Amino acid sequence: MAQVSLQNIRKIYPNGYEAVTSTSFDIADGEFVVLVGPSGCGKSTLLRMVAGLEDITEGSLSIGDRVVNDVDPADRDIAMVFQNYALYPHMTVRKNIGYGLKNRKTPAQEIERKVDEAAKMLNLEPYLDRKPSQLSGGQRQRVAMGRAVVRDPALFLFDEPLSNLDAKLRNQMRIEIKALQRRLGVTSIYVTHDQVEAMTMADRIIVLNEGRIEQIGTPAEIYHSPASTFVASFMGAPPMNLLEARLEGGQVFVNGGTPLANAQGRGAVTLGIRPEDVAFDPAGPLDFHIDIVEELGAHRLLHGQLAAQNFTMHVSKEVAAAPGAVRVGLKADALRLFDAETGKAL
Amino acid sequence: MKRAGFTTRWLPILLLLPQLIIIAIFFYWPAAHAVQSSFYLQDPFGFGSTFVGVDNYKDLAGSGEYMKIARFTLVFTTLVTFFSLALALLLAVKADKVLRGARSYRTLLMWVYAVAPPVAGFIGLIMFDQSWGPLTELARSMGWDFKLGVNFNDTAVAMVIVSVWKQVPVNFIFFLSGLQSIPKAVREAALIDNRSATGRFWQVTFPLLAPTGFFLLIINITYALFDTFGIVDTLVKGEPGNNPMTLVYKVYVDGFRGNDLGGSSAQSVVLMVLVLALTIFQFRLVERRIHYT
Ligand SMILES: Nc1ncnc2c1ncn2[C@@H]1O[C@H](COP(=O)(O)OP(=O)(O)OP(=O)(O)O)[C@@H](O)[C@H]1O
Ligand SMILES: [Mg+2]
Repeated sequence: MAQVSLQNIRKIYPNGYEAVTSTSFDIADGEFVVLVGPSGCGKSTLLRMVAGLEDITEGSLSIGDRVVNDVDPADRDIAMVFQNYALYPHMTVRKNIGYGLKNRKTPAQEIERKVDEAAKMLNLEPYLDRKPSQLSGGQRQRVAMGRAVVRDPALFLFDEPLSNLDAKLRNQMRIEIKALQRRLGVTSIYVTHDQVEAMTMADRIIVLNEGRIEQIGTPAEIYHSPASTFVASFMGAPPMNLLEARLEGGQVFVNGGTPLANAQGRGAVTLGIRPEDVAFDPAGPLDFHIDIVEELGAHRLLHGQLAAQNFTMHVSKEVAAAPGAVRVGLKADALRLFDAETGKAL
Repeated sequence: MKRAGFTTRWLPILLLLPQLIIIAIFFYWPAAHAVQSSFYLQDPFGFGSTFVGVDNYKDLAGSGEYMKIARFTLVFTTLVTFFSLALALLLAVKADKVLRGARSYRTLLMWVYAVAPPVAGFIGLIMFDQSWGPLTELARSMGWDFKLGVNFNDTAVAMVIVSVWKQVPVNFIFFLSGLQSIPKAVREAALIDNRSATGRFWQVTFPLLAPTGFFLLIINITYALFDTFGIVDTLVKGEPGNNPMTLVYKVYVDGFRGNDLGGSSAQSVVLMVLVLALTIFQFRLVERRIHYT
């Protein structure tokens, strides 16, 4: 177990492309950090630099008390779970799990004991003598997990480990991985572009965009106080509503009309509100025209136009809704304001 | 799954017919003919033949010269196969390091394959030329008076070198594409699991190359046994007498130089049985055991 520290880490690929711009953050011992962001934002690059599979162009990386920039992947005391599992096709499950231990000169008896223990923990006992080609996707995923946990490393690295599984299995494995990490207390970095995984698994989320960190925070902070319109629209399904608004005389207006909240400054701003912080209110300040009602069982999503902009509202299943015009109110303390130019939170 | 099929019975037969006729005329008919004539003693001047039963085979088994050539062929095949595969693998592993990512190199290297085979024998002659061949001179500089076509061992060495040299590009290309088809993530997982590069090669890369390797093993054995005919012929041209030769070349020498068609046919039949055994070995053992997916 160990803390991890990245200081001014940069990655420029040989072709000159800067995939990660100077990035710094620390991960506490035992913490589960999720790196999230759209495709191509540099998540894998960052993770692979930590693993030692990619050279670090600039900056310093330490795992535990050791700067590991120039340490071989095998000597960094890390274990990695890959997206397509990367199992050794010619080895049985038992050999796959034990391979890393064998190369670390662990006595045979000890390997056997540890492999059995890991197999038990992951319900892999019946499959120990099979080859990976004889396993289902979920079982292969478990073997990949087994290969990581059996080594008892200082740091787990996950690169979208669940993205090849179907939705149901993904939910199940998500919980299993999280529980396993809790139990073992191993510091973890988990890469995903699935914001549900990020929200549910993370102690802290790091949102990346185009090789830069947009925000670091707990899932609640990221969700409720996004640092930018990028984070606001990336996290949450459906994302936060973003409306063009104006600041005048210490108050926020959308489309003229009634002031919505008090705020300092003047000029154009972007107003953000989560769909669930909007409610029907006959006396409310805004007109919402509902176009589509999306029925989701536990709740409904109402999509339509508000002040001639796309808008979504979330109502519980008890609230009846039909296409047409309604008046709505916004929960005042849930309003977020962003700079109209830079998108940064005000 | 829907299976496409023919509505009439004769159409597929008609379409297959040209191929079947070619196989029958150029493969089965001569093979059957060889089996038949191996039981006869042909008159050297073409005046009829006498049925002699298995005498031709008995002669072969009793012939010290034939056994000597068989032994040489075995050694030759082993050496050519081993060195062609080992050298190609070494080169492929080195090239793979450079090539990961840069695809254009591979096409360039592929050209060697297209260039090498037709000129191999002649280039061998030039390289080992008695008076000015660079390899002859290299051998001389190391105190080895190399005499191609005169000294049995020297000729054998030249035969092995030229045969290996001609076959390496083919093997190289297969090994290289085999290496490149190993998933990147599997190699990276090994990088994390094992700090020793040698260990990673023998425990992960090499076993994953096994399907390619076994396929090439069969191809190379067949090559060394049969396709080296041209090289042997070029290198020992005119004087098979004291020079090393392979079983296939012996078939030719006895049949067409010595006009012993019966004995030569018996030798062909022995080789056919050998090929059959190799094929069965390939299908039974290799195809079944070496594939992982
Ligand atoms: N070897 C490379 N050479 C040059 N550019 C690269 C290389 N590998 C990745 N990139 C570029 O770096 C950027 C970041 O890639 P990376 O794989 O880290 O993205 P990612 O966030 O993991 O995306 P995804 O969610 O699709 O996996 C991309 O724009 C990619 O094109
Ligand atoms: Mg990625």
